[in-house]
Amino acid sequence: MNRYIELKNHQREIYYFRLRLVLSLGFVAVMLLILLVRFFYLQVIRYDYFHTMAESNRIYVVPIVPNRGLIMDRNGVVMARNYSGYTLEIAPAKVTDMDALIAELSGLVEITPKDIKRFKKLLTERQALETMPIRSQLSDEEVARVSAQRFRFPGVEIKARLFREYPFTDVTSHLIGYVGRINQNDIDQLEEIDLASNYLGSDYIGKTGVEQKDEKELHGNTGFEQVEVDAGGRAVRVLTRTAPQSGNNLMLTLDAKLQEVAEEAFGDYRGALVALDPTNGEVLAFVSKPGYDPGLFIDGIDTETWEELNGSLDTPLNNRALRGQYPPGSTIKPFMALAGLFYDTRSPARTISDPGYFMLPGSRHQYRDWKSGGHGAVDLYKSIVVSCDTYYYGLATEMGIDNMHNYLERFGFGQKTGLDMEGESSGLLPSPEWKTKRYNQIWYPGDTVSAGIGQGYNLVTPVQLAFATAVLANDGVGFRPHLVKEMRRANGEAVLTETKQLFDMQINPAHLKLVKSAMEAVTKPGGTAVVAGYGAPYRLAGKTGTAQVIAMKQGEKYDAKKVSEYNRDHAWFIAFAPADKPRIALAVLAENGGHGGSTAAPIARKVLDYYLLGKLPVPLQAVQEKAGAESD
Amino acid sequence: MKLRQIQTRFMLHLDPVLLAALGAFMFISLVLLYSASDGNWMRVLGQLGNILVAFIAMWLVANMPLHWLMRSAVPIYVFGMLLLVAVALFGEISHGARRWLNIGVATIQPSELMKIAVPLMMAWYFEKNEATLKLRNYFVATILLLLPLILIVRQPDLGTTILIWASGFYVLFLAGLSWRVMIGLTLAAVASAPFLWSMLHDYQRHRILMLLDPSQDALGKGYHTIQGMIAVGSGGILGKGYMNGTQTHLDFLPERTTDFIFAVWSEEFGLIGSILLLGLYVVVIGRGFIITANASTYFTRLMAGSITLTFFTYAFVNMGMVSGILPVVGVPLPLISYGGTSLLTLMLGFGMLMSIHTHKKLVKT
Repeated sequence: MNRYIELKNHQREIYYFRLRLVLSLGFVAVMLLILLVRFFYLQVIRYDYFHTMAESNRIYVVPIVPNRGLIMDRNGVVMARNYSGYTLEIAPAKVTDMDALIAELSGLVEITPKDIKRFKKLLTERQALETMPIRSQLSDEEVARVSAQRFRFPGVEIKARLFREYPFTDVTSHLIGYVGRINQNDIDQLEEIDLASNYLGSDYIGKTGVEQKDEKELHGNTGFEQVEVDAGGRAVRVLTRTAPQSGNNLMLTLDAKLQEVAEEAFGDYRGALVALDPTNGEVLAFVSKPGYDPGLFIDGIDTETWEELNGSLDTPLNNRALRGQYPPGSTIKPFMALAGLFYDTRSPARTISDPGYFMLPGSRHQYRDWKSGGHGAVDLYKSIVVSCDTYYYGLATEMGIDNMHNYLERFGFGQKTGLDMEGESSGLLPSPEWKTKRYNQIWYPGDTVSAGIGQGYNLVTPVQLAFATAVLANDGVGFRPHLVKEMRRANGEAVLTETKQLFDMQINPAHLKLVKSAMEAVTKPGGTAVVAGYGAPYRLAGKTGTAQVIAMKQGEKYDAKKVSEYNRDHAWFIAFAPADKPRIALAVLAENGGHGGSTAAPIARKVLDYYLLGKLPVPLQAVQEKAGAESD
Repeated sequence: MKLRQIQTRFMLHLDPVLLAALGAFMFISLVLLYSASDGNWMRVLGQLGNILVAFIAMWLVANMPLHWLMRSAVPIYVFGMLLLVAVALFGEISHGARRWLNIGVATIQPSELMKIAVPLMMAWYFEKNEATLKLRNYFVATILLLLPLILIVRQPDLGTTILIWASGFYVLFLAGLSWRVMIGLTLAAVASAPFLWSMLHDYQRHRILMLLDPSQDALGKGYHTIQGMIAVGSGGILGKGYMNGTQTHLDFLPERTTDFIFAVWSEEFGLIGSILLLGLYVVVIGRGFIITANASTYFTRLMAGSITLTFFTYAFVNMGMVSGILPVVGVPLPLISYGGTSLLTLMLGFGMLMSIHTHKKLVKT
């Protein structure tokens, strides 16, 4: 019976439907009436107001560009600042014969062939509607001369702009980076994150380094004025003004003086140095050598200079500290020693006999120690002090690649450190899975042997090695490396970057003590870096390393005079001090520097002395020569 | 005699009142586009091509028997959903939104298809369950509406989301969703607003605030609203005359061939023009109501009602946005704005209306 009741009555159904339809009709009518009233209001009642707005006066919304935030070091030394100046700009859309125009302008102001080249490159990159600078930093006299003649040159303008300046030029180029003109790619990206309207009046945007990473903080908020303009285009009055909000000033963790000392310590060597405060992850120095003049890029670089920089064998545009990937060599040994103790593969007391080579069971291939004839009886302590390869060939083989991979991974090898900069390389911590995936090959026992001394597939970046050293120095507690110490808003309010503890490895204190004391001995007579430790009034722990350069990189030009130099080994040195209560940990790489003890270690010593004592060490020349022969 | 037969065959399923009104819209669209684009013939010819394609599509749909429409509901809906998922996974990003799908020969915007597919699917579902309609069925229909909406609002595409939501809501409303449920849900929505607000990201809140108060963003969307209002208001009663709008031709009016084309019309033809255009919309909407009221089945009633009311919403939201009583959400002026996709969807809808109206007599005994 129920079933019959559930069936609907069609007549009633249609009645209800029509009722709702009538309701909808009423709704539509009311809404359309509202529109009609609105039109009447706008077009009849407010007609005079809008008519005036549209006809006699026009309102332009003029963006006001905010001042970009300054970048300072931890002591307030300015590393990126703004200055105002005049530029000579041309709107290509209004020009018919560009070459003739440039020739005429050259009569009024000095325009170098480089300026012209850079300008021509801009022409191909940007939309024709905007104006493009051909000369910046005009003198007052030049401004006056062009202004007086402006009527002759339609499409030519003089603009007052804020410019960016980097007083430390190449010393901080890889760290601070630079701003450059906003291009289409930047605009697309800004639109994606909904910030395009904030850049309406802006000419520049951070392209690399801190300038890029902290663009959001540095740029500030664009203000705007609603300006009444008469029919002739002259501003009559300002209707409303919303002030721009200056970008935040950034105070970095970096010490500019230390940075200069480090950069200078490299002398003619190419390479990288990263120094961290192990107790909180602050980056104290960040050098990639050679650098370049970031000022060249701000208004677009001319092709010739760019090719010179980009084609140079010294690759000054390569951020070695962040992206350079090198085999860690013997600097891996202290970490390997901790792994051996952790897995109980080696006890501190166990001694091996080093004949100068290592052979895998059942094979006759000899893996050589760097010292022919070997080091004799070697225990764990001595293996670090003299950097005994044979000890680690055996240790790696017995521990196995999986244990080795898992333990070293905890120190951050093979991963990005998370430093606040774009484009960090992750290095490479090899494993059998990786090799299968990458090369579709099985892992051979021989791979483990060479991995044990940081050669083979292993790759690290200087940042990564500095981080691992800092973790070791800080007893296994890792802090996220960071560059920004605090952010200062325009109103004076300061926002501190929180230090972030990433992990605590809970390393056995006895193991740490042993490895650290061995690293201290490295810098004393009998160790591989005696040069670094000579006469140091504080306790210094370190480890040398040598990274083999196997072949030239692809795409580089053959240059007979330089080839031998570029094929030399890279020199590494990692260190922390004071050894008992470390305040600084660093990694130094001197490209093609040969032995770590003789080239990289003295660089580190200068940085450590300057940071801990405020002065440079006495010349180390004599010691250096004496010790040069006896090092890895 | 033969020509006459062809003519009859061609016109058999076209509704003369709608056809005349649509023709008038197309004429206005082309004339206005010429002015809005500063006399760009390529734009006008491009739109003429769009119009031809859309008319052919409308004619084809109008000639489809109703059971075809019924049968196509599920496949079209499923197909549309698959495309939306594909957009979410591999869609192309342009202007900060992921709405387009590159299918090799062209890029398509699947959310447009859903403007038809969602009401079609819901009407089909109600028809299937007509005899035993319970609250549960309304719930299922709501799910059918919400699934695509979740995907579209994430793209993000606020304009399309609003239109699809409206088209689905009209189906629910006309299908007899009880007042108690509607009021209850409204109250629940209001009550949960603070909670939803707390779930949003800062930038999402910022966007919503900007929608409500455009002067917050005077360089962006607020600028659009201000310039649109000046254009409409300065048109006065008689307008500034064709091709004479200063706001339009001096570059003050943004997006003047698409979302803000109504401002061009009002500036150049004044209040008279505004009323004329409003009247033309009333003709189309009124005809839609008549067709709906006379539709023979539950399915066709719901479908026709939804198409008509959605078309009204389309026009209302756009004109409201240009005249400054609604926030700027990115909805074109139906049948007038430049662009092929929305025109095609609209004309497919009118094809369905015509089919519903002209096949009714054949279906009934």
